[in-house]
Amino acid sequence: MNWTAIYAIYRMEMLRFGRTILQSFVSPVLSTSLYFVVFGTAIGSRIDQVEGVSYGAFIVPGLIMLSIMTQGISNASFAIYFPKFIGTVYEILSAPISFLEITIGYVGAAATKSLFIGAVILATAHLFVDIEIAHPLAMVAFMGLTCLSFALFGFIIGIWAQNFEQLQLIPLLVVTPLVFLGGAFYSVSMLPPAWQTVTLFNPVVYLISGFRWSFFGLADVPVGLSLLAIAGFTLLCLGIIWWIFRTGYRLRD
Amino acid sequence: MASILEIDGLKKRYDSGHEALSGVDLKIEEGEILALLGPNGAGKTTLISIICGLVNPSSGQVRVGGHDIGRDYRKARALIGLVPQEIALEPFETVWNVVRFSRGLFGKPRDDAHIESVLRSLSLWDKRSAQVRELSGGMKRRVLIAKALAHEPRILFLDEPTAGVDVELRRGMWEVVEGLRARGVTIILTTHYIEEAEEIADRIAVINRGQILLVEEKARLMARMGQKELRIELQHKVDALPARFADQGLELIDDGQAILFHYDTRGDRTGIASLLSELAGEGIVLRDISTRQSSLEEIFVGLVSEDAA
Repeated sequence: MNWTAIYAIYRMEMLRFGRTILQSFVSPVLSTSLYFVVFGTAIGSRIDQVEGVSYGAFIVPGLIMLSIMTQGISNASFAIYFPKFIGTVYEILSAPISFLEITIGYVGAAATKSLFIGAVILATAHLFVDIEIAHPLAMVAFMGLTCLSFALFGFIIGIWAQNFEQLQLIPLLVVTPLVFLGGAFYSVSMLPPAWQTVTLFNPVVYLISGFRWSFFGLADVPVGLSLLAIAGFTLLCLGIIWWIFRTGYRLRD
Repeated sequence: MASILEIDGLKKRYDSGHEALSGVDLKIEEGEILALLGPNGAGKTTLISIICGLVNPSSGQVRVGGHDIGRDYRKARALIGLVPQEIALEPFETVWNVVRFSRGLFGKPRDDAHIESVLRSLSLWDKRSAQVRELSGGMKRRVLIAKALAHEPRILFLDEPTAGVDVELRRGMWEVVEGLRARGVTIILTTHYIEEAEEIADRIAVINRGQILLVEEKARLMARMGQKELRIELQHKVDALPARFADQGLELIDDGQAILFHYDTRGDRTGIASLLSELAGEGIVLRDISTRQSSLEEIFVGLVSEDAA
């Protein structure tokens, strides 16, 4: 394993993050505050509690998930799309490194950024509501795995995309709806039975459910299933990336 | 000298069906400068891209320093530095960081002293803290070279390094290449500025329609293929040459004010002496004479058009 090369990619990506640290920090703080004003205060005043948890606290895991999923995708997809767009990808492809090393460098950096943003949101949420984390280790593990798997997914989108529109297409048309419909702001048990069944086909439900369990010990689906879902998703993304580098899909002619 | 690059039967057919390379064989010796000449679309960039790992070959073998570029890509690629044709650089990063990145990417441990010497040799040291986007086009091109040299490659590919570059900068680039050669770096240069190849290359390879037409030492190529031309200025204009010169390859030019005589430097006798005495015998008075060696460009155009015929 060429750790020097991995570190070089990781460092370069983190330098980019450092250049835009203010917006990386301000935008999640602002959007979280807005969500709390709208969902926590306006809607929460009518809902009061969900399964014994105050509505304000209940939406925190969903809010974090929403952000780290979208951020993980956009960071990683941009990280590999930008070199393709400006042409600097030639250097990555001509370097004596394997697909795994390239992936670890880019995806590791994108996941780190998402983790940072997740932590900022958690801290901001703490200013609005009292949150106690029932299973801190599981919380970190779920958050880490989600950052990682969505960064992997974003990496695939970045390789696949041939223009900026395509880069936005999947996050906008697929991921955001799935997250909103995946129980970010409500419990699946609040839905009519027919919709509960439909919801179970949404993979994001498993991720949010597992993450919420780590906070409040409450879950829409069994925790083991959540873990399995996220591990499966990570492996699927890794498999696709392996195939991409083996065949050179949209990278090597 | 040992071959640092060996290419055997290399073919590339793109998905579109276009055959960019149709069986290229080439050996490059360590420490030499080879100029790869060819018209647009001849296969120059495809050839370089395959060697450097940017394009997958359809068939054939490439070994760099004895390492196969497929099976042993880590060892092969570690020896190569590539300066691409297009300027492609991270615009918002500093010169220092982008060059340092390249060294790390090739797995070499951090070495600020080396990066400094590369930047100094390319007159970029004063710009090390500048963002890439602030640099002029010529400086950006030098940053590309600095990146390619950051990991101390033994073989450097320069793909059209002076395309669209002004004369002064082109001279500067040639000096850089000269300096690299002095350090023993093998250089493969594609260009369609024949003047450039003539100036700096040891050997010339001509590629056209995906095939190498010839590889030869520049001096020998020019001697072998180079025609010399003798221009004889006449004291008095003549309307036509006497019939006895009809089969000697003479050409009356400038409205009868001058005669051109093409001869071959390979021949034991060039025929110049006898021509001059015969002209004198016909009463044709000479005002001046000059000779000119045909340039690489003329050789190149001749080869490529022969190939097309």
